[in-house]
Amino acid sequence: MTYPCIKLSGDTSIAVVFGNEISTEINTRIRAFDEALAEEIAQGRIEGIYETVPTYCSLMIHYAPEVIRYQALCEKVEKILAVSHEAKKLSTTVMEIPVCYGGEYGPDLDYVASYHEMDPSEVIRIHTSAEYLIYMLGFTPGFSYMGGMDPSIATPRQKTPRVLIPAGSVGIAGGQTGIYPIDSPGGWQLIGRTPVRMYDAHRDVPILLDAGLHVKFFAVDEEECKRILSLVEAGKYQCRTYVKEVRDGN
Amino acid sequence: MGIKIIKGGLMTTVQDAGRRGYQRYGMGVSGAVDVHSYHYANILVGNERNEAVLEATMIGPSIRFQSDSVIAVTGGDLSPSLDGKPCPMYRAVPVPAGSVLSFGMMKSGCRAYIAFAGGLEIYPVMGSRSTYIKAGLGGFDGRKLKDGDEIAFARSGFVPKNLEKRILPEELRFDAITRANRVGATETATAAANMGPREYTVRVLLGPQDDRFTDKGLETFLNSAYKVTDQFDRMGCRLTGPKIEHVTDGNIITDGIAFGAIQVPDSGEPIIMLSDRQTTGGYAKIASIINVDMPMIAQAKTGDTIRFVKTDIDTAQDEFIAQIERYKELQDLFDGTEKEKPTSGSPADKEAPAPKTAGGKYLVRVNGKAFHITLKEIE
Repeated sequence: MTYPCIKLSGDTSIAVVFGNEISTEINTRIRAFDEALAEEIAQGRIEGIYETVPTYCSLMIHYAPEVIRYQALCEKVEKILAVSHEAKKLSTTVMEIPVCYGGEYGPDLDYVASYHEMDPSEVIRIHTSAEYLIYMLGFTPGFSYMGGMDPSIATPRQKTPRVLIPAGSVGIAGGQTGIYPIDSPGGWQLIGRTPVRMYDAHRDVPILLDAGLHVKFFAVDEEECKRILSLVEAGKYQCRTYVKEVRDGN
Repeated sequence: MGIKIIKGGLMTTVQDAGRRGYQRYGMGVSGAVDVHSYHYANILVGNERNEAVLEATMIGPSIRFQSDSVIAVTGGDLSPSLDGKPCPMYRAVPVPAGSVLSFGMMKSGCRAYIAFAGGLEIYPVMGSRSTYIKAGLGGFDGRKLKDGDEIAFARSGFVPKNLEKRILPEELRFDAITRANRVGATETATAAANMGPREYTVRVLLGPQDDRFTDKGLETFLNSAYKVTDQFDRMGCRLTGPKIEHVTDGNIITDGIAFGAIQVPDSGEPIIMLSDRQTTGGYAKIASIINVDMPMIAQAKTGDTIRFVKTDIDTAQDEFIAQIERYKELQDLFDGTEKEKPTSGSPADKEAPAPKTAGGKYLVRVNGKAFHITLKEIE
């Protein structure tokens, strides 16, 4: 199969597929294409698209056939692909997220440490040292699929998933790391918890993170965690961000 | 003033056309499952067709009206009654304050829609009034309705004009659409037969991962009867039947999921994704059911049979657009703003001569199609 290609996903959606593996290069192309498409929509050059959903290997486009039909949409998409599928040099925003590691906040930190025969503080050091790319959001509101974790702390999921994982829990599942945005069941190894709300239905921007953004965790102690939590509850906490140059999404 | 829920029923939620624009953040769309019945309910009571309604599943609620209203009940026949007398479906029905709307036996379909003239006062979350139970947001406190809940009308006392004209043509109703599909259907089908298991044939577009299935697997999918299991809810409808063969397995790298997408996990049995589906998923999707055929899935229940036939994108979109035109024409018809159609000269008129309009029977043309409408006085 040659990529990118357009796949039917029913009569009101198409998937523009860029590959068949999880890689930052493919993800960057999807992001570049999504941005180019958004620009065309903003300029009024394409009508009838009501949302796009970037995932690991494709961009799903949901559209209104009464405004734009399949063939017309494909032509527009192909035109954009012809100019935007080259991976561009991009900059990305890195958001710093505070995490209180271990104890009741991260009940599996000791397990992860013993699994790798290292000290819990070493797990924290490794986990806080990388900038993780958010490939996509899905599953539940605001659940981010992040890549780029050091394989030295990769840990299999729990054999029996927990029935209830508190919102804000930071976990590891194999080579992935992520944050549970709402209370939900799940099987990830929980190493800490953030007081920052990934999801708040009543905030102007209900979902904090976005695909293409990078996340860097930093460790806070329980006291600082509680201080941040009170700021969050008052609507006065803003995560620090910085911009970094990237090539192929790295 | 508005309504008070006396009994919540099995699963009664506030729904509208769904929450669009937030799927990229993992936020599900939700919204009414039977989209046609939902829009018809609103159109019948003179609302915008995307107004919030109540969706009742299998066992309907009991609702006391605290002020006068005009309602329409559409979708599956859950035996609606007003103060103990049968409440006609698919038409605008004035309801005086103090009346109680309740439901009884599930006669056909499984989801009923109740629209209220002037709409319900529900605060929109992310642009929608739909309830998304898994995330506990939208609708009424993000949950299904329970005994004692009260909802105000957004425009209390709103009465649509031409009340007596607001009846949906028989041909557009759920029962008429599926009659031909009923198992063992005969001209003299009795009410009892009407309640038996049904067979629905729905049209699909193959993809996006049809290449993950063998030719044999695709053949199985398109030539088999699948039964609806008891695992069906607003999220999905799990079917059982001949196993669909994968090339390797049913897992893919997680990607987006459309309304009506058919996932086939390793078990080889299809799952149809509905309104409360997750935004993304990791199972191969063999095909998607076209939107105009989705109401049949929305109304299917345990024991019903589903068959899939292939169609093409042009047919699917022609019908999708025709359905939207139909909504507009119905709105014009009910509001009395429809344009005068030529009464002679067109071949269609000659082929379908008007029947004698004795009593309350009328011939109405919608989108070039002739509909026979029966008007009755409302008791």
